[in-house]
Amino acid sequence: MELPLTVEIILKAVVVLAAFLTLPLAIGQTEHKVMAHMQGRLGPMEAGPHGIAQLVADGIKFVQKEDVTPAAADRWVFRLAPAVALIPYLIALAAIPWSAAWVAADVPASLLFVLAVTSVGIFGTLMAGWGSGNKYSLVGGMRAGAQLVSYELPMVLAAASVAMAAGTLSLTGIAQAWSWWWLVWQLPGALVFLIAAVAELQRVPFDAPVADAEVVFGPYTEYSGLGFAFFLLAEYAGIVVMSLLFTVLFLGGWSGPWSDTLGPVWTLLKATMVAILILWLRIAWPRVREDQLQRLAWVVLVPVALVQLALTGVGVVVWG
Amino acid sequence: MSTQESRERAPGALDLLKGLGKGLATTARTLARPAHTRQYPHAEPDLPERSHGVIALLEENCTSCMLCARECPSWCIYIDSHKETLEPTTEGGRARQHNVLDRFDIDFSLCMYCGICIEVCPFDALFWAPDFAYAEGDIRNLLHDKPKLGTWMENVPDSALPEGYVRPGDPATPETEE
Repeated sequence: MELPLTVEIILKAVVVLAAFLTLPLAIGQTEHKVMAHMQGRLGPMEAGPHGIAQLVADGIKFVQKEDVTPAAADRWVFRLAPAVALIPYLIALAAIPWSAAWVAADVPASLLFVLAVTSVGIFGTLMAGWGSGNKYSLVGGMRAGAQLVSYELPMVLAAASVAMAAGTLSLTGIAQAWSWWWLVWQLPGALVFLIAAVAELQRVPFDAPVADAEVVFGPYTEYSGLGFAFFLLAEYAGIVVMSLLFTVLFLGGWSGPWSDTLGPVWTLLKATMVAILILWLRIAWPRVREDQLQRLAWVVLVPVALVQLALTGVGVVVWG
Repeated sequence: MSTQESRERAPGALDLLKGLGKGLATTARTLARPAHTRQYPHAEPDLPERSHGVIALLEENCTSCMLCARECPSWCIYIDSHKETLEPTTEGGRARQHNVLDRFDIDFSLCMYCGICIEVCPFDALFWAPDFAYAEGDIRNLLHDKPKLGTWMENVPDSALPEGYVRPGDPATPETEE
């Protein structure tokens, strides 16, 4: 069935927006529950059966709160920052394929596009850190900036390795070129990508920019109400995007039994596993110190990613 | 010496990975077990009978000696009493005086649950009771008088009661038991 172009675009946009608004909530709810049970607790139990509506209740609470802009804040920068942090992940979500057919915006070189767009999100954090007029926020923002500069490089190198192996920069193409032995061939790159993704999301163990005991939640200190909710949503949307990206790059996306019909389900299933792994790290591990964090990126991850790149190059020449 | 050295050796990459793995394993194991949480308002907690929940008053044992009120660090016990004269029961006997307790209030908005009043009472008139759910909407309603303090005697465990004490409404007396 052929739809008119405008109708198709609007429909796709609505679907992507719906996914963007529900998947992060699902991740957040999963985090509540998984974290609680990993700590011998039950987690939210009162809002709906087994606290299923807890995040909806939280959202209603955030809406009711006063949106304060500090007197010392750089007003426009401060107000704009949550949107700058959030929207890149929405755009990235539109470009990530769930199956060969299920992709809202099939742009050429979509890998490059997604990586570039997600990098814009950091400007939201930097703007929040700078615009808050608060020394803790500034320190947190600078930490975030330093972290992003360090971890962007190994991430891009690891992604480049997969692109090289597949011979394309299109995410759809990469997932189609994938076969199971890439799990071994691209393993170092996958680990590097996963670690760098966690660092990019500023999740534990790389949460020094928002370390509450050191910089009082860093760039987000001064935010209240919806602004704060948007930053939280951006964090979880980031987990969704990074999990999907990891799935498509390293786990073959929708490949699996009956992938013609069940493709998107496979993508969702694999991405959920990756997301739960990212949540699990937060529960099990302590925070990495700022200098250890930089050391890990430059002394371990970048060399490993370069070795992976060389390995992929050799593999492509020998077998390709 | 070798153990000393190994203890002081900085943790290497292998120790680091081992530690990270241990963290993951511990949390995964806890995930597989049932949670410890008890859903309090829906399920009553299972408290030890000697829990320090509230202070109960056994009014008949109180002599209005004021020791508890004076020892209370937060001055939350209020006692009023008057003297009454008992006429001599035998011919030529002497009239005796005793204290009658008019007021015994504990302000639980001030009480810090130190239990000193219970410790100092020489007449076994104050007890810890395990009742805990007596929150009020207004702070002034936390000032409890002697009838209210007496109702909490009901849940004071037998082992905490003075010897020979018979609960009101309990037909068995030590005499009939023997």
